[in-house]
Amino acid sequence: MPDIIDRAGLEELLAVLIRRGYRVIGPTVRDGAIVCRQITSIGDLPEGWTEEQEAGNYRLRRRGDTALFGYTVGPTSWKPFLFPPSARVLHADRAADGTVTVRQSDEDPPPQAFFGVRACDLAAIGIQDRVFLAGAAADPVYRGRRAAAFIVAVQCTAAGPTCFCASMGTGPRAEHGFDLALTEVVDGGGSVFVVETGSERGAEVLAGVTNRAASADEAEAARDASARAAGQMRRTLATEGLKALLEAGYEHPRWDEVAARCLACANCTMVCPTCFCSAVEERTDLTGDHAERWRRWDSCFAAGFSYIHGGSVRASTRARYRQWLTHKLATWIDQFGTAGCVGCGRCITWCPVGIDLTEEVRAIRGGS
Amino acid sequence: METLEPLLAEHGFFRGLSPEAIRLFTGCAANVRIEAGEYLFREGADADRFYAIRHGQVALEVYVPGRGAVTIQTVGPGEVLGWSWLFPPYRWHFDARVTEATRALSFDAVCIRQKCETDHSLGYELMKRLARVFTERLEAARLQILDVYGRAG
Amino acid sequence: MAAPAELIRPAGDPRIPRPFRVVGVRRETRDTRTLEAVTADGHPMPFAPGQFAMLYAFGVGEIPISISGDPADPSVLTHTVRAVGAVSGALCRLRRGDVFWARGPYGSSWPLDEAAGRDVVVVAGGIGLAPLRPLVLALLAGRERYARAWLLYGARTPEELLYRRELERWRARLDLAVEVTVDTAGTGWRGSVGVVTTLIPRAEFDPDRTAAFVVGPEVMMRFTVAALRKRGVPTDRIFLSLERNMHCGVGLCGRCQAGPVFVCRDGPVFPYAAVERIFAVREI
Repeated sequence: MPDIIDRAGLEELLAVLIRRGYRVIGPTVRDGAIVCRQITSIGDLPEGWTEEQEAGNYRLRRRGDTALFGYTVGPTSWKPFLFPPSARVLHADRAADGTVTVRQSDEDPPPQAFFGVRACDLAAIGIQDRVFLAGAAADPVYRGRRAAAFIVAVQCTAAGPTCFCASMGTGPRAEHGFDLALTEVVDGGGSVFVVETGSERGAEVLAGVTNRAASADEAEAARDASARAAGQMRRTLATEGLKALLEAGYEHPRWDEVAARCLACANCTMVCPTCFCSAVEERTDLTGDHAERWRRWDSCFAAGFSYIHGGSVRASTRARYRQWLTHKLATWIDQFGTAGCVGCGRCITWCPVGIDLTEEVRAIRGGS
Repeated sequence: METLEPLLAEHGFFRGLSPEAIRLFTGCAANVRIEAGEYLFREGADADRFYAIRHGQVALEVYVPGRGAVTIQTVGPGEVLGWSWLFPPYRWHFDARVTEATRALSFDAVCIRQKCETDHSLGYELMKRLARVFTERLEAARLQILDVYGRAG
Repeated sequence: MAAPAELIRPAGDPRIPRPFRVVGVRRETRDTRTLEAVTADGHPMPFAPGQFAMLYAFGVGEIPISISGDPADPSVLTHTVRAVGAVSGALCRLRRGDVFWARGPYGSSWPLDEAAGRDVVVVAGGIGLAPLRPLVLALLAGRERYARAWLLYGARTPEELLYRRELERWRARLDLAVEVTVDTAGTGWRGSVGVVTTLIPRAEFDPDRTAAFVVGPEVMMRFTVAALRKRGVPTDRIFLSLERNMHCGVGLCGRCQAGPVFVCRDGPVFPYAAVERIFAVREI
């Protein structure tokens, strides 16, 4: 049976994590959006805020209550904290005698606790685990951060207009992969949180927090809230047979239509919690004796992404959008045994021209 | 006198033809040997024959003022050379320079054209084989135009 | 997909480049050099034919380059590099005694076992001979394992042929038929003129029992495969090596995807049957 903590208990939970040496990352309001950043108190959480989301539209709005997690997902996932947008991976230094030493960079940040991970984003972390950890060459940058991360999930009790996690089988309830999972129950004056424990480590942390056992009714109410969220979901993406459909649909005319709208701006890949493509760049100082190799996020929408001498393999926007969508929903399955989409809807919300992949898939289905 | 029929029958271009067809074509054929450096024909000259190369190599060249002779293509064993003899005004378009001592079957154009006019089945068979050569050469020429290996540097 | 005959993986951490000292530089063409290097830290790089390494020019960057050396002699790391960008340009400017860094070997190798007892047809276009050179050397080293062997090589001009002296030595052998053709030539060239595909109908091999290995620009490989298929060579015994943009070499940066495959990890060597679709779709 889960436990119950109140707001004060939530503050205690945060304090316990900080005391244990975690840098706690959580949702907070900044620049008109709910983004994930370091937080130090419950006061940093987006109390009373929610957002309006639609294809190409995002606005914060007051809820009229004091809910701490009354929003769905903002533009940042937890990806930047496990797979940093820019990371030094190697450095090379030339000594006075001309000899050069090449060393791997091994600077792990302090352990991080993710406070408020939604089911879709938890699934996205699971997908990136397969990308970065499952292969023959596990990524050391990701591996160190991932092993240390403490995850406090928050169960969704409402679905946003661009959400479609139910279609992807990733939510709205997080069933595993967390240390602790909270369901916020807003009642009048303040919220209480139903807490599920998902790990040994989670139980240890919860032991330091004032809590009581939940009643059967309270536990059921939390489950019902998630079920309600599932029922609210307006967008769907039919995944059955989709891989074969896309594999057969490389020449579908719809790619031309979407390419006429797509700006190849790469927003979708930047907000996507699973996109993992990167560029590796050499940087030197002015003496020329110190070189560093940096990895930074890159995007399959960028012109230089597929460049080989003579030109880019994917020169057209049509080919780049097709690469992105077929990778997410078809070839990702060949590569990693799972689709690369979790249904968070960020690529829909943050597309400046409102391209909606669920609509694109529907068009390709309808036209084939 | 020794007949050329076996030489025709074993040449790649004529392979699989009926003995009767081989016999008819042999009637127009002569066995020739040309040394390296000699020309089988020159641009503008009468195209009164074609060749089935048995050994050696022949370069098809065009003279470009300022650049000298540029080789367009080489033709080797098992291949045929020349099709200007098929259509008026029967003039060669290129120089054909022998780059390796070459043995070939040389076919008299008037003789071959007459036999094809008389026996359209025979003519059709020859045209099919020539058409295959044309398409292969055209395809190769198109690839050459593409310059697939790219300009260096 | 046929399993690669041999898989050799990097020793130690695959992400750390190791130093190699240049012991020889050979000018192949105006813009192409062959570097021979030996380990500068006691870690040579054994490899299987077809594999590649990531080469690092200090302060400039890193690029994937096929290994072109003799697989029987792992003490020498050999790469043929064409100067087409900043890193390849810096590598081509290296001189004897200079140091560059390399990590690898990466990727799949030519499945020479597939060719055992069969005729072997090697088709190279331009700098595509570089990744095939280790295959030819391995083939000659175990020559008795194979039936007839052909090397068909096409380049733009006679001046752009790689490994010219070695080609002459190979041509002198009785157990390897070498046919070289160029797209255009002046009168000084005594060899064939015409695209490399024209050599395929002329070569004597038994298509039913042939394994073919092809490297060149993608369009050359497409037409070569077409010519091989026309002869009747089955597509699962035609092997080729793909080229894509690569930054990491270990399947993490995502750049070298071609449809479902990561060229760095699943390739660069593929049976044609496995990548037929990739060839059929433009800009994939």
